[in-house]
Amino acid sequence: MAENIKLEDIIKEENKVFIKTPLLTDNELSYCPGCGHGVAHRITMEVIEEMGIMEDTIGIAPVGCSVLAYEFMNIDMQQAAHGRAPAVATGLKRVYPNKYVFTYQGDGDLAAIGTAETIHACNRGENITIIFINNGIYGMTGGQMAPTTLPGMKTSTSPYGRTQELAGHPLKMTEIVATLPGVRFVARHAVDTPARVRKAKKAIRKAFENQNDNKGVSFIEIVSNCNSGWKMTPRKSNEWMVENMFPYYPLGVLKDE
Amino acid sequence: MSEIRLMKGNEAIGEAAILCGADAYYAYPITPQSEIVEYLTLQQPEKRTGMVVLQAESEVASINMVYGAAAGGKRSFTTSSSPGMSLMQEGLSYIAGAELPCVVVNVVRGGPGLGTIQPSQADYFQTVKGGGHGDYKLITLAPASVQEMADFVPLAFELAFKYRNPAMILTDGVIGQMMEKVQFPEQTPRLTDEEITEKYPWATFGRKGGRERNIITSLNLKSELQEQFNIKLQAKYREVEKNEVRYEKIQCDDAEYLFVAYGSSARTCQKTIELARAEGIKVGLLRPITLYPYPYKAIDDMTSQVKGILSVEMSAGQMVEDVRLAVNGKVKVEHYGRMGGMVSSPGEILEALKTKIIEG
Repeated sequence: MAENIKLEDIIKEENKVFIKTPLLTDNELSYCPGCGHGVAHRITMEVIEEMGIMEDTIGIAPVGCSVLAYEFMNIDMQQAAHGRAPAVATGLKRVYPNKYVFTYQGDGDLAAIGTAETIHACNRGENITIIFINNGIYGMTGGQMAPTTLPGMKTSTSPYGRTQELAGHPLKMTEIVATLPGVRFVARHAVDTPARVRKAKKAIRKAFENQNDNKGVSFIEIVSNCNSGWKMTPRKSNEWMVENMFPYYPLGVLKDE
Repeated sequence: MSEIRLMKGNEAIGEAAILCGADAYYAYPITPQSEIVEYLTLQQPEKRTGMVVLQAESEVASINMVYGAAAGGKRSFTTSSSPGMSLMQEGLSYIAGAELPCVVVNVVRGGPGLGTIQPSQADYFQTVKGGGHGDYKLITLAPASVQEMADFVPLAFELAFKYRNPAMILTDGVIGQMMEKVQFPEQTPRLTDEEITEKYPWATFGRKGGRERNIITSLNLKSELQEQFNIKLQAKYREVEKNEVRYEKIQCDDAEYLFVAYGSSARTCQKTIELARAEGIKVGLLRPITLYPYPYKAIDDMTSQVKGILSVEMSAGQMVEDVRLAVNGKVKVEHYGRMGGMVSSPGEILEALKTKIIEG
């Protein structure tokens, strides 16, 4: 009997439990299976679709694993130099104040090479959304130490484990920007369980809606895994994230004005 | 045209930008170009034309703000001086690689390092031979007067958008700081968003009307594709070289010797020509107005007429390499110039012409 069932028979409106947003392209994702980027991309694009703002939204992709975000996000996109996305977003938003502008940056991009651009865009209160994916490692270049790498964590450039003596402390950019008056909404979420995905999506939606009333930066950190860089299975990496990343980077809303 | 005004070269840059319908200016203060930032914040062009003016946290940020606005099809520009321009090289390479139109002004000061705040022309190599990484070119205009500072801003925007390429106005502390008379054209209105949508279908401002997405990037992980892109860029540069060479010849008809000089050095050479001709030395001046594309042929054409060429620039001898490339050994070519913020006097240049070219 099974041989007689055709694909067309299964894919019917009444059988669908999930429809991929048309704002994600059909290009094969360059992210490793198990990585949180795919879900973060999806919920960001779903928010843009659900808000009906595709015609007025421009995304800024950084350097890092998500450098190719423009291959997957089916909206107008600009690729920025490493760390410079908040400056690029500033330049764009200032000449298109009625458009929705967001950056999608990793921890190396936002918290290391782009620290100055991040802090100053936040301090000026640019009316943009910043989505910050923190997986504590440089994924794209092969698993080197990031400013957000946890103490003791082994990476290809901290092969014996990160020490405070050599590399200082993991940088909590989200807590730092929350102190700035130019930033009006700061939240830290994760995308490893359905419940957390729903919360993260809700925060991203709020971060985009906030651009309607011009009150400054909305900053969403997503604590994510890097199963390849951490050298773990996807499931193990998520468990490790809950046990080790969440205590240092606690989830929740840090600021909402 | 407006009434004649007396202005600093730096201020003329700012006024010309407002009048030609620029959309955004992002910059960081540095001597000797700070008057541009000061003039534009004082003028409040947001009230005159809606033009955005924003002081950035660094030159790294300002060039990337320019990138963002340019990628939206807007007329954006930045200004700086040498150390700041070094910080912008990453951004310029990305802008050239993403084929974005914008204008950048460098009011050059003496280097290397923090150097001095006095005028120099020692950023020639950085400007026309690369500066940032990769095979790219900046269309480069070299004004020699306050009037040309004003005139070259709209011209630079025109060329930048014609070729989707960054255009540089390479000037120096002399032209930036000195006051001269200048006349401006009438106000050109800024383009509306609708006009931008129509004129620049490549720009990123949202998928208007559900059109296919636009992507602004300089990344190509497949080297075969990146090579094809480089071939396309080079073809564009050959077009620029064919169409956009600009230069001026002064008293060249009967010249037996030739100065080649741009910017403020060309002004000093004009005075030197007066002194030389009073002594019976027939010398003329070829002034490159575009440093890229460079007037190689115009200089080569002079070799059938002149006995020797003195390249005069405020550097250790950078442009002289292009003069030598143009001349290809047909006549003697020497360099003369002061460095580190010192400006050559007409008397010094005349002496150099005599000792290095006529007697040398």
